[in-house]
Amino acid sequence: MMEIKADLYWVWLSEEANCVTLEGILRLNGGEEYAPIAQILDSAATQGDSMVIDIQDLSFLNSSGIHMLSKFVIQQRKQENLQIKVIGSRRVPWHEKSLQSLKRLLPKLEIELR
Amino acid sequence: MALKQTKRDPMLKIIGDYPEDLPRSEENLTLRFSPSKTSIQQRWRNNGLSADFIADYLMTFFLGNDQEDSQNLLLEIKTSTAYIANELLENAMKYNDESSHQAIVFSLNLYTDQLVFLTANSIGVGHIIQFQDYIQELLDNDPEDLFFSKLEQEDESPLSKGAGLGLLTMMIQHQAKLGWKFERLEAVDPTPPLVTTVTTSVCLPIGSSLTKQNGSTQQNRHGKSHHDGN
Repeated sequence: MMEIKADLYWVWLSEEANCVTLEGILRLNGGEEYAPIAQILDSAATQGDSMVIDIQDLSFLNSSGIHMLSKFVIQQRKQENLQIKVIGSRRVPWHEKSLQSLKRLLPKLEIELR
Repeated sequence: MALKQTKRDPMLKIIGDYPEDLPRSEENLTLRFSPSKTSIQQRWRNNGLSADFIADYLMTFFLGNDQEDSQNLLLEIKTSTAYIANELLENAMKYNDESSHQAIVFSLNLYTDQLVFLTANSIGVGHIIQFQDYIQELLDNDPEDLFFSKLEQEDESPLSKGAGLGLLTMMIQHQAKLGWKFERLEAVDPTPPLVTTVTTSVCLPIGSSLTKQNGSTQQNRHGKSHHDGN
């Protein structure tokens, strides 16, 4: 299983569902520090026709993290056959707007708020 | 070698919605980060720790607001406060001119209808024009359009150190109003001869009902509780 575990966050790829889960608080310093997480997302994007990004338990994401996720989504425009679903939570105030802005970058993106 | 300032030079420039004439708020919190030899990487976690503290601290002033509607609104304010404080501190740490030996000063000021965040850091002479141009771009464009066009522009480039999305997300996701004040400090010690500081202001509207309601619910807490929660 691909995963990164740190004090404040945990990111992992569950291969069965091809789901990348981001949990905790992500306040890394810029693109370089986000690269290992981007790598896990890239890896899921190349494994099959569909993938899920689950951020339900991600309580904090700084602008560098928003940047990383947005860039990932933009890059998937080239993958015509890839279906991506992002799951967020209604309990986290910033999730709805952030998911909508990802959808604006990639209209075929499916978003779900639980 | 401490740098002594005797007076502030005539103001250089004010841009955007800088709250110049605001009275001093009754409730405010100031944090001062002294210049440090420790690397920015080692200090990075302080941004998040401070932002969490600031947001938690703010909630003290809304205690007793236990209606469900208020709770949701408070969670939103707390989340926005932590986000904005963190972004402001990250920027201040990244762009502070280390050679100036100036402290970074952050303050949060509570008013009945808004929160005002102020962050002051020094800026290298070579970066002032560049930063002011960037600010002008922020103010001349629709923040949402600019956010998406910035993302599109650098589609092909490697991940950069932030692309200035932090300020835009404050405007878009949190309806914040931003302003900047550039000032030049005159030094007695001639090295370095001049230091320019930039104070970034972020005004975040909050429902005035929250702070008004606060007074009455506080009284309730001394009397009979109407919210037993069973």
